[in-house]
Amino acid sequence: MSGNGKQGKILVIGGGISGITVAIEAAEAGCSIVLVEKNAYLGGRVAQSNKYFPKLCPPMCGLEISLRRLRANGRIQCHTLAEVEKIVGEPGNYRATIKHYPRHVNENCTACGACVDVCPVERSNVFNYGLDKTKAIYLPFEAVYPQRFVIDGGVCEGTSCSKCVEACQYNAVDLEEKPRTEEVEVGAVVFATGWQPYDAAQIENLGFGQYSNVITNSIMERLAAANGPTEGRITRPSDGKEIDSVAFVQCAGSRDENYLKHCSGVCCLASLKQATYIREQYPETQIFIFYIDVRAPGRLEDFYAARQEDEKLSIVKGKVAKIEEDPATQDLVVEAEDVFGGGRVSQRVNLVVLATGIVPSEVGVDVPNGLIRDEHGFLVAEQNQPGLLVAGCAKRPVDVSACMRDATGTALKALQNCV
Amino acid sequence: MGEEKRIATYICRGCDIDKSLDIEALRNVATNDSGIEICRDHPWLCGPEGIETIKKDVNEGAEAVVIAACSPRAMTAAFTFDKCFTERVNLREHVVWCHEPNNEDTQMLAEDYFRIGIARARKAKRPEPHLEEVNKTILVVGGGITGMTAALEAARAGYQVTLVEKEEHLGGWLTKFTSLFPKRPPYRDPQPTQCQEMVAEVEGHERIHVIKGAAIEKISGQPGQFDVSVKVGSKTVTFRIGAIIQATGWKPYDATKLSHLCYGRSPNVITNVQMEELAGNGTITRPSDGQPAKSVAFIQCAGSRDAEHLPYCSAVCCRTSLKQAIHIRERNPDAQVYILYKDIRSPGQYEDFYRRVQENTDIFLTKGDVIGVEPIDGDRLRVDVENTLIEPHIQVDADLVVLATGMVPVAADGEAIRALKSARELIAQGEEGAKLDAAKETVVKLAHHEGTEILNLDYRQGPDLPALKYDFPDSHFICFPYETRRTGIYAAGCMRAPNDTDACREDAAGAAMKAIQCVELSSQGAAVHPRWEDRSIPDFFMQRCTQCKRCTMECPFGTLNEDAEGTPQPNPFRCRRCGICLGSCPERIVNFADYSIEILSSMIKAVEVPDEDEEKPRLLGLICENDAYPALDTIGIKRLRYSPYIRFIPVRCLGSVNVVWISDALSRGYDGILLIGCKSGDDYQCHFIRGSELMGTRGENIQEKLEQLVLESERIRVEEISISEYGRLQQIIDEFAEQIDEVGPNPFKGL
Repeated sequence: MSGNGKQGKILVIGGGISGITVAIEAAEAGCSIVLVEKNAYLGGRVAQSNKYFPKLCPPMCGLEISLRRLRANGRIQCHTLAEVEKIVGEPGNYRATIKHYPRHVNENCTACGACVDVCPVERSNVFNYGLDKTKAIYLPFEAVYPQRFVIDGGVCEGTSCSKCVEACQYNAVDLEEKPRTEEVEVGAVVFATGWQPYDAAQIENLGFGQYSNVITNSIMERLAAANGPTEGRITRPSDGKEIDSVAFVQCAGSRDENYLKHCSGVCCLASLKQATYIREQYPETQIFIFYIDVRAPGRLEDFYAARQEDEKLSIVKGKVAKIEEDPATQDLVVEAEDVFGGGRVSQRVNLVVLATGIVPSEVGVDVPNGLIRDEHGFLVAEQNQPGLLVAGCAKRPVDVSACMRDATGTALKALQNCV
Repeated sequence: MGEEKRIATYICRGCDIDKSLDIEALRNVATNDSGIEICRDHPWLCGPEGIETIKKDVNEGAEAVVIAACSPRAMTAAFTFDKCFTERVNLREHVVWCHEPNNEDTQMLAEDYFRIGIARARKAKRPEPHLEEVNKTILVVGGGITGMTAALEAARAGYQVTLVEKEEHLGGWLTKFTSLFPKRPPYRDPQPTQCQEMVAEVEGHERIHVIKGAAIEKISGQPGQFDVSVKVGSKTVTFRIGAIIQATGWKPYDATKLSHLCYGRSPNVITNVQMEELAGNGTITRPSDGQPAKSVAFIQCAGSRDAEHLPYCSAVCCRTSLKQAIHIRERNPDAQVYILYKDIRSPGQYEDFYRRVQENTDIFLTKGDVIGVEPIDGDRLRVDVENTLIEPHIQVDADLVVLATGMVPVAADGEAIRALKSARELIAQGEEGAKLDAAKETVVKLAHHEGTEILNLDYRQGPDLPALKYDFPDSHFICFPYETRRTGIYAAGCMRAPNDTDACREDAAGAAMKAIQCVELSSQGAAVHPRWEDRSIPDFFMQRCTQCKRCTMECPFGTLNEDAEGTPQPNPFRCRRCGICLGSCPERIVNFADYSIEILSSMIKAVEVPDEDEEKPRLLGLICENDAYPALDTIGIKRLRYSPYIRFIPVRCLGSVNVVWISDALSRGYDGILLIGCKSGDDYQCHFIRGSELMGTRGENIQEKLEQLVLESERIRVEEISISEYGRLQQIIDEFAEQIDEVGPNPFKGL
């Protein structure tokens, strides 16, 4: 190989869209990658999303291309169900300890599904925020990578059952697999540890967790997805009925000293996008969006402008104070300010969607001199050592496109430390 | 037979395949029908023993292997063998998981797919990489914060950089700013620009060559071999580089168009850029009389989010005004500041900065619609605001009004410039009638592009990147923001989208990464995103070229130039291997080693079409391998069913479908053809930009062909689906099968 092609090795922590992108971009420039993801699959939050704003295109489309590049690239070593515990060393020379959790299904698995038919145990489906169930041995979703089953060790009856072991023709099930650790040597580390939805049950007065027809924006993504718990039909969780009115509550817990002080940057557009999900299925449904400021930067303003054409979509400037359920109908009454409508409104709706924000994921990795976070828990861009880098929503709440750009650039910075 | 390629074939019996199919009959397809010696079946082909069996055959000289098992999207690594062409036949997801087991039609489907795979393995060659000497220097155009960052990031990674700046100094807008809004916790105080330090680092870097006061005269060639001519003063310098980062930045929206906000009518109405200059000079004063400004009103979205001016949001103006409000309060401690906004946009941690400004009671913020600004009392101004948070109508009197104007990209629309030139040429050539009128109209419409060239690319499709919207250059926008339409040329910073300096720096680093990747992959003869590692390049059999220019016009990436006669001049390193040129060519002279007219024709013809009296229609589905093919896999994984009469063949892009394949299929006796690509239009999802759109236009030729053959137009249908629409795909297939059933058999069947 001529010129300046890079040969270094990079550890990427997190296999969501940012981590995948760092891995592919650096690998295609010649680096070797160790990608560590705690879930059983790659794709993170993007895999759980129904559509992207503003194109309303499916996230799986881009993910498919990225995963194809990843599959075809022999320089990327991918570990799912794994976490990095500890990193020691210095830029250009780190040693990381990776803990592998048991999947109980080894690489022999062909994803034929014979095991599922015989499994007697069900579990709540975390991928769909508990809205449906899978068997204890399950495929996280149909287009999953790696395309391999996984056993939820928390509910599996283990060797006392062993029905899946008998059903598997490929000797792929190992009910006695134990956690193990390994060490890898790398030149740089990228934290692409992503985010979690804010726990909406923390917000007083908005009824999440109390009223079944109050859901979050993350749950709405699953409800609207063709591969979700309702096969994409948006209905009321309490009774499966159709929806003739819905309210989106912006900044649910965000921009609020009591909960999340920061703005999550994407929730306004997410709600405008989700309004299109509703509109596609219900031409007559009345939609309300209660907001403080509508934040649609750059060309995303076009998307906001296009939604304002919808005559049955009311975008109301005002903060929601309280949500209560009418026990008879399980409808919800939203009490809110209406700055321009004169004072307060009390709006009855079938369904409430809380636009909850982005909380940086916990990063439990022990690194030299610790990780530097800001007040909100986001990792700052400049860490104690130049070989420790941060990409995507671990650093600040941004949309997918910004993550892709940031991750691409972070790949370069990681590569600089591997020369 | 002796000279034929040595092919080995394999059938996996696992994953329900042998429960659904007659494996012995399937083996006969390879052995008896195709005369292939090696056909092995295995209960678990992807297991260690199965893989070893294949490896042994490869080591013993098999040049191609046909693996009839699962989807090529599964077990990719296991079924990849060095120095051997691998063809995957998808018996699992496309046959046994979605069709009735042990059924005659299911068996015929499996056998046809096996024949198709064997046909491809026979004809396709493993591409030899196209290797030429590649220059790995990165050219950065623009020396503002984005360009300087890109240069530094590439240089730090060990690459040589040449940075070209049109001004006599580096730094761009950064040199004019007093400070930046806060980038680091606790996100409360504006921070220094550190412009001088950055300029010094760039100018002092051993791997960065800076050329100032320079304009690009011409860039010709291709990635790895771009030849650049730059004019510096009266001299022209020439040099070779490998990839380009365009970071030409932005200019403020022309405030003279905002006379309704009194700009140009009072010296005390200024823009936010002028405010930056004022803020650098101690006390902030009124331009009209030099008196300290005691009250300042900021009008947000001045000419932004406005259909009459800039419809988009420039993303930074809110935070810039917040920062300037703090500056004013520091410099003129008694000043009252008003910020009149539509929405305050301070995303992420910038909310902390907004909160800090809100703590200051002398900075008054309100949402409202500014309806006008008029001079009062000589030097003062009155701003009329409706729909505010306090009253339906308020008036704000101020010494100084600051218009928060937006950003306009400093970019040129290469395709518009090309269209303008072409129209002018037509007029000069003495064109008449409707064509003349159309050309004149084009000239009027595009006249403002005159002289806007920046890169001066010697490309048939125009001298600069094409624009996407509002003059910002093209990119795929969400998933692949650097997927530009000119390979090896990456847009970054505010010329790509309005951004703050942090986002510009990130963008610059990303663009530098893509530029580096481009030169590295080119040096290996490999494609860049999205067909990474594809080493095939289009081969043009020029002796038969009729200079029709379809390929040069249709290539979405500007790969092909033309000579004076209109003969295409390939530039392999610009090529993204989508095959649109192959699809466009009426003479069928464009081919790839592993994807050609002949290969696909032989695959289409490999299918056994039953006679009319058997009442088993045959449908052909040519589908995009990126979206429709995975969607079809999902139908299998979900165990849904569809008509067993259709045979799907994946194509690189719907735009790569040559009309001859349709004729081949019709003359072979297929009753209907379904063409499935990705979404076209403004929100296109096609990775090759316009594949589906091109199929739409070629559709007219296809309909002509049907008319010539006296066939019903319903026999061919073009559909667009996304990867997640597997349910709709299933419906489309079944509806099409029903429709063809109604139309009846193809009269050419059996001829």
